[in-house]
Amino acid sequence: MDIFGRLTIESLPFYSAIAASGAAVTVLGALSVAAVITYFGAWRLVVFQWLSSVDHKKIGIMYIMLALVMLVRGFVDAAMMRSQQAIALNSDGYLPPGHFDQIFSSHGTIMIFFMAMPFLSGLINLIMPQQIGSRDVAFPFMNAVSLWLSTAGAALVLISLVIGKFSTAGWTGYPPYSGLEFTPGVGVDYWIWAVLISGFGSTMTGINFLVTIIKCRAPGMTMFRMPLFTWTVFITSVLIIFAFPALTVACAMLALDRTLGMHFFTNGMGGNMMNYINLFWLWGHPEVYILILPAFGVFSEVVAVFSQKRLFGYISLVLATMAIGLLSFTVWLHHFFTMGSSARVNSFFGTMTTIIAVPTGVKVFDWLLTMYRGRIVFKPPLLFTIGFLVTFVIGGLSGVLLALPPIDYLMHNTTFLIAHFHNMIIPGVLFGYLAGYMFWFPKAFGFKLNEKWGTRAFWCWIVGFYVAFMPLYVLGLLGMPRRMEHYEIAAWQPHLIVAAFGAFIILLGMICLGVQLWVSIRDRKEALDLTGDPWNGRSLEWATSSPAAPYNFAVLPKVECRDAWWDMKQRGVAYQRPEKYEDIVMPKNTFAGAVIGAAGFAFGFAMIWWIWWLALLSLAVIGAAIIVRASNDDDEFVMPASEVKAIEDARFAQLAKAPKNAMEGEPGFAGQPAPEPAA
Amino acid sequence: MSSAATMSVSTRDTERYEEKDFGFWLYLMSDAVIFACLFATYLVMVGNAAGGPVPKDVFSLNRAAAETALLLLSSTTFGIAAVSLWAGDRSKVLLWLAITFLLGAGFIALEFSEFSGMIAKGAGPDRSGFLSAFFTLVGTHGLHVSVGLVWILVMIGQVFAKGLTAPVASRLMRLGLFWHFLDIIWVVIFSVVYLPGLL
Repeated sequence: MDIFGRLTIESLPFYSAIAASGAAVTVLGALSVAAVITYFGAWRLVVFQWLSSVDHKKIGIMYIMLALVMLVRGFVDAAMMRSQQAIALNSDGYLPPGHFDQIFSSHGTIMIFFMAMPFLSGLINLIMPQQIGSRDVAFPFMNAVSLWLSTAGAALVLISLVIGKFSTAGWTGYPPYSGLEFTPGVGVDYWIWAVLISGFGSTMTGINFLVTIIKCRAPGMTMFRMPLFTWTVFITSVLIIFAFPALTVACAMLALDRTLGMHFFTNGMGGNMMNYINLFWLWGHPEVYILILPAFGVFSEVVAVFSQKRLFGYISLVLATMAIGLLSFTVWLHHFFTMGSSARVNSFFGTMTTIIAVPTGVKVFDWLLTMYRGRIVFKPPLLFTIGFLVTFVIGGLSGVLLALPPIDYLMHNTTFLIAHFHNMIIPGVLFGYLAGYMFWFPKAFGFKLNEKWGTRAFWCWIVGFYVAFMPLYVLGLLGMPRRMEHYEIAAWQPHLIVAAFGAFIILLGMICLGVQLWVSIRDRKEALDLTGDPWNGRSLEWATSSPAAPYNFAVLPKVECRDAWWDMKQRGVAYQRPEKYEDIVMPKNTFAGAVIGAAGFAFGFAMIWWIWWLALLSLAVIGAAIIVRASNDDDEFVMPASEVKAIEDARFAQLAKAPKNAMEGEPGFAGQPAPEPAA
Repeated sequence: MSSAATMSVSTRDTERYEEKDFGFWLYLMSDAVIFACLFATYLVMVGNAAGGPVPKDVFSLNRAAAETALLLLSSTTFGIAAVSLWAGDRSKVLLWLAITFLLGAGFIALEFSEFSGMIAKGAGPDRSGFLSAFFTLVGTHGLHVSVGLVWILVMIGQVFAKGLTAPVASRLMRLGLFWHFLDIIWVVIFSVVYLPGLL
């Protein structure tokens, strides 16, 4: 066999203008990032402060940067699909079928695995350790490995635009179509290895967050004093640890079928393709709760802070989160009622699916009642929350409809389903993450995002969402199947044109997000957050400076009740200078995480193209990196008390200059005084 | 560094080991779900021989019994290594780790001969759904044992080079968890795969 496996010069995308321009954009994007870093002379900074970092805050920021890049890529896919379907009545449109299929496959894959997962890992990394009063996550090095494995997976999806083709089997990769017999070539392999490699990263992330929450809480931070965001992270981590193995097994078996000619899911020779679909959704349904629970956590924080009122029904929110976590493992079969299980099996899963709406409903009422009689300040994060509350309920209702097996038989694989899950995921997951992004941005960078452009982004997103997806409900009822490259039914076209117009409005929302970031960086001096508490916050992440010091807390906070930071401000013990500082033990930076990520990428690439020597070599590199790292007992350093004191002195000097409270003068400000900083 | 700081650093070390142990337990639980999925798949596919060999044709009770004996014995010898670790006896730790390694390597050698014999007889993993499921389930366990063998070698090296320091001891305890976990998985493989296939 050739040393490049099945990789040949024909794998380059010169066969079609559209594929070549996609590749060109990808390559130019990578080159322009390199050019910008060179222009600012920032290579040293990027390599030694970021690539090798094990700081949870920097890792969080890198995760979110990855997520935003992939959000753009996934959105381009969506816009291409909507414009194709708007014109493809009795015509081929501008995308040939094979290309259209790659686009819907990569859109789903990117949005779930490489936009939503990194976005949530990023927000959690950035905030959760600060919320529980910890100096870092439990395993800072493993955190870096997770980040770089996720990045390796994302890089595999991106490079499939340049070398070879991506999967045409949808983001779920159902066999037997995704098997070697019906889909030879590298597309499905790109999908498998991107998902597998990032999946390992996600599993480690879940373990890391769970140990952090159980073991690293500040003194007095009992479980039932934890902020709700941390609670949702706790449940999400449990779900990650127990659900991701099913995805790993399903994808690994599909890879064995495709690479070694096994018969797990083949059409003959004793294969059982429904086993794949069971395993996939055994992960897939918990996965939607993995995505949405942290978003629920963000909404819980945002709604309390901007209603300037204690979160209503804290205990019921925690219990509802637990109930959702448990029930999420009992509903997977509703993704394939049409498999033809007995009526008894289908009714069990239909019933469980209906039941899961109950704890979610509890949450919606809790958020509404938090706002009731609150002094509401309509900042962009709260706008996204209100948009979520209204829109998510509609998606939930369509979900309860689909939970009834007889109705599902009619709606299965129609655009009604597409409308339903986008109705959950865009207002639920994405609005939550965007709210968190705008809410916690000052904590990460020390200045606030522009509110005018944030509000504009919100209105474009919410209006665009309704215009783009409500027609899909109608189309589903008219019988339009999902994933149509062209169609002959004229009645569908008006709805598809409206939906494409909705996608255009969402494009304006994307542009607003970009402009917001640009304007905010340009005008950052006017929106500096000097106190570290720009919204008059309630939980401990607002006790640190913005951006937080490398160790977060010079002295670990003592927690006495829920809303710990609010309580400290009320008791007048916030911003107190400790009598003396102590040495702080910190993890050392290391390149081992980035090396493992790079080798993970090389391994995936080698497995996709059957370049066996490279696969063995990269595995050996990963093994060597782990062994060297595991034999190193000198992975920490002590930051001396004098250095801590210098950092903290600078912070108190800044506090003395800061206005008393950033929210002062806002309409409806509740007047919670932030005490004078002790000079 | 002041003595107070030294003390707080060393309590911190103990906490760090507890965190690592707990994290490792979570990893094992996650791995157990992987095996659960593989067992479920095997049970679904055990009848799908596609006209090829069925379990009775390819399994050997003697070899399965020998594999079981080697692996169970290696769990015991690892236990003795752990007891020697508590006693602080470095050379005994090295000795019993080496014996554990040999027993584990013997298990892998037996499994290797079983697999290669089956493939030579035309009963490889590409023959039928049943054989795909068998090779993947038992092979995944074998892959874990092989990783465990490399880990034992690394730990022998660390005990040799660093002595029984606190970090080395903490790693040895986690290696023990891993090794005994693989033993339990093997007991389930024996009871779910080999015994019903032969009886």
